[in-house]
Amino acid sequence: MLEIQGLRKTFAGFVAVNDVSLTIEARQIVAVIGPNGAGKSTFFNLITGHLRPDTGRVVLDGHDVTGLPPHRICRLGMGRSFQLTNIFPRLTVLQNVQAGLLAHRGRGRDFWSRSETMFRDDAEALLQSIGLAAVADVIAGTLAYGNQKQLELGIALASDPRVLLLDEPTAGMSAGETHETISLLQRIAEERGLTLLFTEHDMAVVFRIAQKIAVLYQGRKLAEGPPAEVRVNPEVRRVYLGEHA
Amino acid sequence: MSMPITNSLARPAVPAIRRVPWTLLIFLLLAPLAWIGSRYSIFLVTEITIDALFAISLNLLLGTTGLVSFGHVAYFGVGAYVCGILMKTYGVSFAIAFPAAGLGAALAALVFGYFCVRLTKIYFAMLTLAFSQIIWAICFKWNAVTGGDQGIADVPFPDMQWMDSIPGISGLSANARFYLLALTLVAVAIAVIGMITRSPFGRMLTAIRDNRERAAFIGLNVRAYELAVFVVAGGFAGLSGALYGIFTRGVFPDYVFWPKSAEVMIMAILGGMGFFWGPAVGALVLVWLNQEITNYTEYWPFVLGTMLLVLLFALPGGVLGGLAGLYGTLRRRMGRRDA
Ligand SMILES: Nc1ncnc2c1ncn2[C@@H]1O[C@H](COP(=O)(O)OP(=O)(O)OP(=O)(O)O)[C@@H](O)[C@H]1O
Ligand SMILES: [Mg+2]
Repeated sequence: MLEIQGLRKTFAGFVAVNDVSLTIEARQIVAVIGPNGAGKSTFFNLITGHLRPDTGRVVLDGHDVTGLPPHRICRLGMGRSFQLTNIFPRLTVLQNVQAGLLAHRGRGRDFWSRSETMFRDDAEALLQSIGLAAVADVIAGTLAYGNQKQLELGIALASDPRVLLLDEPTAGMSAGETHETISLLQRIAEERGLTLLFTEHDMAVVFRIAQKIAVLYQGRKLAEGPPAEVRVNPEVRRVYLGEHA
Repeated sequence: MSMPITNSLARPAVPAIRRVPWTLLIFLLLAPLAWIGSRYSIFLVTEITIDALFAISLNLLLGTTGLVSFGHVAYFGVGAYVCGILMKTYGVSFAIAFPAAGLGAALAALVFGYFCVRLTKIYFAMLTLAFSQIIWAICFKWNAVTGGDQGIADVPFPDMQWMDSIPGISGLSANARFYLLALTLVAVAIAVIGMITRSPFGRMLTAIRDNRERAAFIGLNVRAYELAVFVVAGGFAGLSGALYGIFTRGVFPDYVFWPKSAEVMIMAILGGMGFFWGPAVGALVLVWLNQEITNYTEYWPFVLGTMLLVLLFALPGGVLGGLAGLYGTLRRRMGRRDA
């Protein structure tokens, strides 16, 4: 499904991501963990085309997508959310997901139709499924932080991705919101047959849903494997889990 | 997603205020001026009408897409010169010169925009300004074609004899006829811009305005969209320039000079760039203030500047933003009284 080979990225001599490889099977749920500054977000940005890797390849469903611009990678079936919430703040909640639907269905170059009612039912159904139907007409930028994160998930889902990359989907959420969001993610991944790659600092969340975990530390991949294996890996315990235990 | 959709029927699909055919309404309101208006008021409203199109075209970039162009006057000027040169030098009819002005301006916007959209923010703004200064320099120096610093004087009025066949128009002066012609063309142009704004393409523009990075990751080629709207906005600016050159019976290098870019930007911001009609209101206020103050004092640039500063600070959302705020407050007060 998604094959990442030897990705490397340096910023002015500083190696942020160092030869990281990772293979993700279809419908797998994979977590990337690591302490602050480990290179998780940079790793994601290399995969989604926001940064160009110095070396390495990203292969999505057999297509080499290395170095393609983000919009091309998105159209090939990859969706993402950002660590800092990234929505369309001045549009309504409904318009946010509707924009995603319009773009994905190739209607963006339509100059003459009236956009207001286009795909409205689909947009509302999508909002319903992420639990935001009640605030459809609210200006998105005024939503509570947790709801904005949910909405960002909705925008990503509007492009009907096969692989979804989520950078800290529960950052800044209360325990209750985190729980809700994770259940939502699991349900949607199940319903849509999604492949999920996410970063997360909350270990409870990671061990609850991940089928495979990759640990980054100072740009390098320290370990990779099923949760039970990673949990007892002595090196991982030393550099990372130990800090939290 | 098998859950029932509960609230889709409770809300009207399109709010009532957006279903009003504003362009038609304003057109019908303004058209009678050709018969009942004084020479002076017709003159003033013609200018406001043409400026309104210019300012609304800028707002496609500014308010809709979030692109700050300091060089929008370039396309206004190209339109004015193309139309003026075709009509004066080559005796081409208005029916051909007018669309040619729009196409010429759109072409210029395509060439310059290709480079501009490669930059963002202040760098984008600076490059648009630089290109507009290049156009200005060409118009100023290319004597053989543009008339250099003398410009092109005595651009003829379009042939408006044919209007006699429309009942009620045969008695009107040339100025009143041109007013009707300009008002009609501007109304159609604004209606088209309105359609584009409400189209899926327009929605993509607002998405880009709100968040370029996210827009790219719903699958949009952001630069291509920015270039497309740059060309559209340039084309409409060209149409307004063409009308302006005829209205003032001449085309001069001042029509491509940067202060006019500043002026049209003030119109958009003053009226409220968050509103489709904001820039038109801004054109109305600015042209009117300009005239009134000029009548009373020779220090009008100073007085005008001060008044604009006060207005901009008092009404950060522009005139329409202020009105919308007032409306909201009133409605909440009324609501409380009802409760
Ligand atoms: N554009 C950039 N220019 C220079 N350095 C950068 C850039 N982006 C990231 N870095 C550096 O690369 C390292 C990895 O950053 P990254 O954001 O990928 O970490 P992270 O694992 O996502 O951390 P966090 O858990 O805090 O989100 C950090 O030291 C950061 O300072
Ligand atoms: Mg990060």
